[in-house]
Amino acid sequence: MKNFAKGLFKQNPILYFLLGMCPTLAVTTNAANALTMGLSVIFVLFFSNAIVSIIRKAVPEQVRIASFIVVIATFVTIVDIFLRANFPHLSKSLGPFIPLIVVNCIILGRAEAFASKHGLWASILDALGMGVGFTLTLLAMGSIREIFGMGTIFGVPVLPGWFPKFLVMILPAGAFITLGVLVGIHRSVLDKK
Amino acid sequence: MNYVLIFIGAAIVNNFVLSYFLGICPFLGVSTDLKKAMGMGLAVIFVMMIAAATTWPVYHKILVPYKVQYLEYVAFILVIASSVQFVEMFLRKYVPPLYSGLGIYLPLITTNCAILGMTLFMVIRDYSFLEGLVFAFGAGSGFLLALFIMAGIRERLNAADIPKPFNGAGIALIIAGCLALVFMGFSGMMR
Repeated sequence: MKNFAKGLFKQNPILYFLLGMCPTLAVTTNAANALTMGLSVIFVLFFSNAIVSIIRKAVPEQVRIASFIVVIATFVTIVDIFLRANFPHLSKSLGPFIPLIVVNCIILGRAEAFASKHGLWASILDALGMGVGFTLTLLAMGSIREIFGMGTIFGVPVLPGWFPKFLVMILPAGAFITLGVLVGIHRSVLDKK
Repeated sequence: MNYVLIFIGAAIVNNFVLSYFLGICPFLGVSTDLKKAMGMGLAVIFVMMIAAATTWPVYHKILVPYKVQYLEYVAFILVIASSVQFVEMFLRKYVPPLYSGLGIYLPLITTNCAILGMTLFMVIRDYSFLEGLVFAFGAGSGFLLALFIMAGIRERLNAADIPKPFNGAGIALIIAGCLALVFMGFSGMMR
């Protein structure tokens, strides 16, 4: 249970470890993209952690990083092909950021730091916790940016019409600033405890 | 003229770090002092060029003729990782001064999303071999530029009075946001 819960808030992969920044910033222009990205990462993380944990004793020390990357790249290819076939417009708006999950440091980081040293069960829980923590953070970013930038969430209008739309929130600059503020808030909450 | 446009587009207008968010991890990690930023930036330009020069032939001469484009990601990451490893060994043996300057950054760069991202953009935009090289050089230069500006600002920040929770990553991200706004000013230069 501890393996699962730690990823949610205390050791949140984005806010605490500052891992996986590229997708966090790039795909959170709206909540739907953020959720798709989060679910894809959960899928890849789950299977790569499981496989890495199973093969951890069979892989020689020197080639472990390369073998982990091949495992990860295989599952990313599966996700990419799946999205392209079933959700073509989502796949298009995420562009090259789905394939870039291959080099997302969260996944390689968990494979190296956790799955290569722990059993199957613990590794799966770790993957789920980290994945859910990642997804929640992405969803928070995506919602904040979509609400302030366009006044909608998942495409549904939530703000009254007179409320100004801050275009900057859906531009790259807004991504950096939102994440910076979230990191600061996360830190101040942890410091208080 | 086309080459100049590709270069400026990749380096400034669509800066890899500030508008595509590629290579954020090293951007935050090594932007604490100017000297390290310079070393990292040069190493990235170097690896970008190697990556472009190796993945272009792999894609167009091997994957396309045999119709196995779906192996793109696996193939690219393997090619990049092994060529970086090879260059690292070569530098250590034959050019020690260069190795001591760039060497420590090379392994880190392999899993830098800017490199894989650049090769994927190169394929999506259907660049020729030479255009790909220019694109890689531009992307690397843009990375160096962003990293260098950021390191300069962060050296000054050490003397500033920042609220404690924001110290470090928080303020760095907010500054990156301001830089991204500044770089948006260039977007009028090109479509």
